[in-house]
Amino acid sequence: MWKILKTRLQQGYRTSDYPKGPSGLPERFRGRPAVSSQPCAEGCSACAESCPTRAIQISADRRVRLDLGKCLFCTECVSACPEGIVAYSMDHRLAARQREDLVLSGEEARLAQALDEKARKLFGRSLKLRQVCAGSCNGCEAELTVLNNVVFDLNRFGIQFVASPRHADGLVVTGPVTAHMRAALRAAYDAIPEPKLVIAVGACAISGGLFAGSPQAHDGADSTVPVDLYIPGCPPHPLTILDGLLRLLGRIGSEKDCKNVPS
Amino acid sequence: MSPTSRLRALRSPGAVELASIPIVPIDEFRASVLRAAKAGLRLCALFSRAAEGGTGLCAVLADDARGLLYVVFSEPAKTCRSLACELPSAHLFEREIAESSDVEVEGHPWLKPVRKGFPDSVAFFRESGAEIHEVAVGPIHAGIIEPGHFRFQCHGETVHHLEIQLGYQHRGVEALLAGGPDRRSAFIAESISGDTAIGHATAYCANLEALAGVRGGLRGEALRAAALELERLANHIGDLGALSNDVGFLPVAAYFGRLRGEFLNMLAALSGNRFGRGLVRPGGAAFDLTAGMAADFSKRLAQARTDLNAVSGLLFDSASVIGRFDETGAVSLTTARDLGLVGLAARASGLDLDVRRDHPHGLYRFRHIPAVKMESGDVYARAMLRHLESLRSLEFLEELVADLPRGAARGAYPAPRPGLLAVCLVEGWRGEICHVAETDGEGRFRGYRIVDPSFHNWAAVAMAMRGGEISDFPLCNKSFNLSYAGHDL
Repeated sequence: MWKILKTRLQQGYRTSDYPKGPSGLPERFRGRPAVSSQPCAEGCSACAESCPTRAIQISADRRVRLDLGKCLFCTECVSACPEGIVAYSMDHRLAARQREDLVLSGEEARLAQALDEKARKLFGRSLKLRQVCAGSCNGCEAELTVLNNVVFDLNRFGIQFVASPRHADGLVVTGPVTAHMRAALRAAYDAIPEPKLVIAVGACAISGGLFAGSPQAHDGADSTVPVDLYIPGCPPHPLTILDGLLRLLGRIGSEKDCKNVPS
Repeated sequence: MSPTSRLRALRSPGAVELASIPIVPIDEFRASVLRAAKAGLRLCALFSRAAEGGTGLCAVLADDARGLLYVVFSEPAKTCRSLACELPSAHLFEREIAESSDVEVEGHPWLKPVRKGFPDSVAFFRESGAEIHEVAVGPIHAGIIEPGHFRFQCHGETVHHLEIQLGYQHRGVEALLAGGPDRRSAFIAESISGDTAIGHATAYCANLEALAGVRGGLRGEALRAAALELERLANHIGDLGALSNDVGFLPVAAYFGRLRGEFLNMLAALSGNRFGRGLVRPGGAAFDLTAGMAADFSKRLAQARTDLNAVSGLLFDSASVIGRFDETGAVSLTTARDLGLVGLAARASGLDLDVRRDHPHGLYRFRHIPAVKMESGDVYARAMLRHLESLRSLEFLEELVADLPRGAARGAYPAPRPGLLAVCLVEGWRGEICHVAETDGEGRFRGYRIVDPSFHNWAAVAMAMRGGEISDFPLCNKSFNLSYAGHDL
C-alpha cells in the first residue's frame, strides 16, 4: 500500500493542458502542409511524381493542390520540390467535414465546422463512439487507444469509446475497408441507433491511402457508410484526432482557441 | 549426405544469384526440408513462386547456431505431399500455398483458408456431447483492436479448443509490392503492421541494399537500431500496461500507458512521426540525431529507466497480480519448438532464439544485446520477459546515444540488381520478421514475400487456451499481443 502511494506521488499529474495549454509537439513534427500560393516552375511536377499516394496535382494555373485525405505526411514532396513550394507547418489541426475541404490549395485552411445545434445538444456533452478497424495497419488504432491514457484523457471531454454499437452515437472507422470487413462494418453501422455520426480516421479510411486501388480493399469508409468527419494522417497524431472531435462538437473552433497553435 | 548439402547458404541480410539456388524435384524438396529440420534447422518461410513452366515452392531455413540461412527451390509441381504432420511449423505455410497457388497440397490435416475465400466458406472444428457449448467472438471485438474471429469449444467454463480465423485485414500487401520497388514500396513496408513500422522497414531496406550490393553506413545502422529498440520499448511497456489493465490494476496500467508514450515521443522527436515512419530508408536513415537531441535522449532514457523500475516493481510485487499471471496460458517448450514459435513468445517458453544475436544485422554485428529467456511459458513469463527485455534495450540505447558512430546518416544506394534472391531477418519486438525478395531480369521484384512473427505465433494463442477458462482469454491474448494486419498482409 505504501509503495502504491509512493509511486503515485512520484508519477505526479500527467494530463496535458490541451486545449488550454501548449501542445508540446516536437520540432520535427509534420503538421498541416503549408502550400505556397506561388506558381510552380513551368513543366515541373517533381512533387506530384514523388508522392507515394498521388496526393498532389498541379492545376492548370501551375499551382499545387494537395489532398490531405491521401497525404501520408512524409517528406517526399518537400525533398523533391526545387523551389520550396511545399513545407510542413507545426499545425496539428487537420480535420474537415467535407471531403473536398481536405484539398489544400494556397494557404487557406478549411477546418471542420461544428454539428448543427440540435446535434450538439444531443452529443455535445456526451459522445459515445464505437471503433471498427476495417483493414488498418493498427497505427490508427494505436493513436485512438492513446486518447484514453492519462495524458490525453478523452473522458474529461465527455467522449468515450464503448464496446457495443448499440450503446454508441457514432462509428470511428479506420482502414481502407477490406473486402472481408465490409459486411461487418455495415452491420456495426446498422446497429447504431439514429441519429448517428461516422468519423473516418487516417488516410486509409479517407481515401484508401496506400492501399487505394488494391483489389482487396474499397478505397475508404465512404464506400460503405456515409462519413461526417474526416481526420487525416498516417496515422493522425492523437492531438489531431482530439482536435477533430472537439471541433465537431463545437467545443473548440472559435479564433481564440487557435492561440496555442505554433505556426 | 549432410543435411544442408543440396541447399544454398547465405547470411542475413544477403542476396544470392537465383541461378545458384538448387532447383530439385518436389519430393526431394520435401525430403531436404525434413532432413534439415531434423538436423535442428528452423523453417522461416515456405511459399510458392512462379518458376519456368509452372509454380514451384521455395523454403528458407535457419541454422541459428551458425548464423546461416539456407534456401532451396522445387521444380514446378502440380501437387506436393504435406509436411505439416511431420513438421507442424509448416502447417500455416501450406494452407497459404493451397489457397494462393495452383499447387495442390496433399495430406494436410485441414486446408482452411488463411486470408482468402471466406467468410462464407469457413467451417470450424466442433465438439459435441452433453454440456458442450460453443462461443463465437468477432470479427469485431469489444475494444479498439483489429478484427479476427475466435471460436471456443467449451465444457462448462473449461476451454477444450480454440480456433482462430484471421484474414479480415487482408489488403493485398505482397501483390502491391510485386513489380516494385516504386514510390509506394517503402511506405507499404511500414504499413505491414503499424506498430512494427521500424522492424518491417528495416527488413525491407536491408533487402534492397543487399539486392543493390551495398551496405548502409554505420551511423545509419546505429540510428535504425536505436529506432528498433525504441519501438520495442514502446510496445513492451504498452503491453505491460495492457496486462495490468486486464487484471484490474489500474494505476499501474495508467503509469505504463504514459511511459509508453515517452518512447513514441522520442521516435517523433527523431523522425517527426510517433511510429518512426519515414525514418528507415534504403541507404540508411532519413533523419539524424543531433548532439543536442542525443543529450536530451540520454536524460529521457535515464528517467524512463527509473520510472520503469518503479512501476514494474509495483506490478510484479503484487501477490494478486502474480496469482493471476502464474500458470495462466502456459505453452510448453515442446509445443513452442514444434509450432516454430519465434521471438518473445518462444523465449518465454524456453527457446533460446534472438535474431539480434543469431543472425546479427547492421549495428548488432558490433554491439550486442544479451538475450533473455524464461522457462514457464505462461503469462507471467511473457510479462516478465517484456520487463527484462525493456531494461536490456534501455541499457543498449543509453550506451548508443552517448556514443553514436560518426559519418553520414544516409548513403547512396544504387538500383537493385537483376536475377537475385534476397533474404533478411530482423528481430522485431514480437520476434523474427522475414522478408524474401526476388528480382527479375530488370531488377524489379518478381515476388516479395513477408513473414511477420505473428504468422508463426498465432497458433500458440490457441494452444495457450487449452484447459483454461474463457475469462483467461483477454489476458492470454494480450500476453502475446500478436498482429492481425501482419498476419493478414
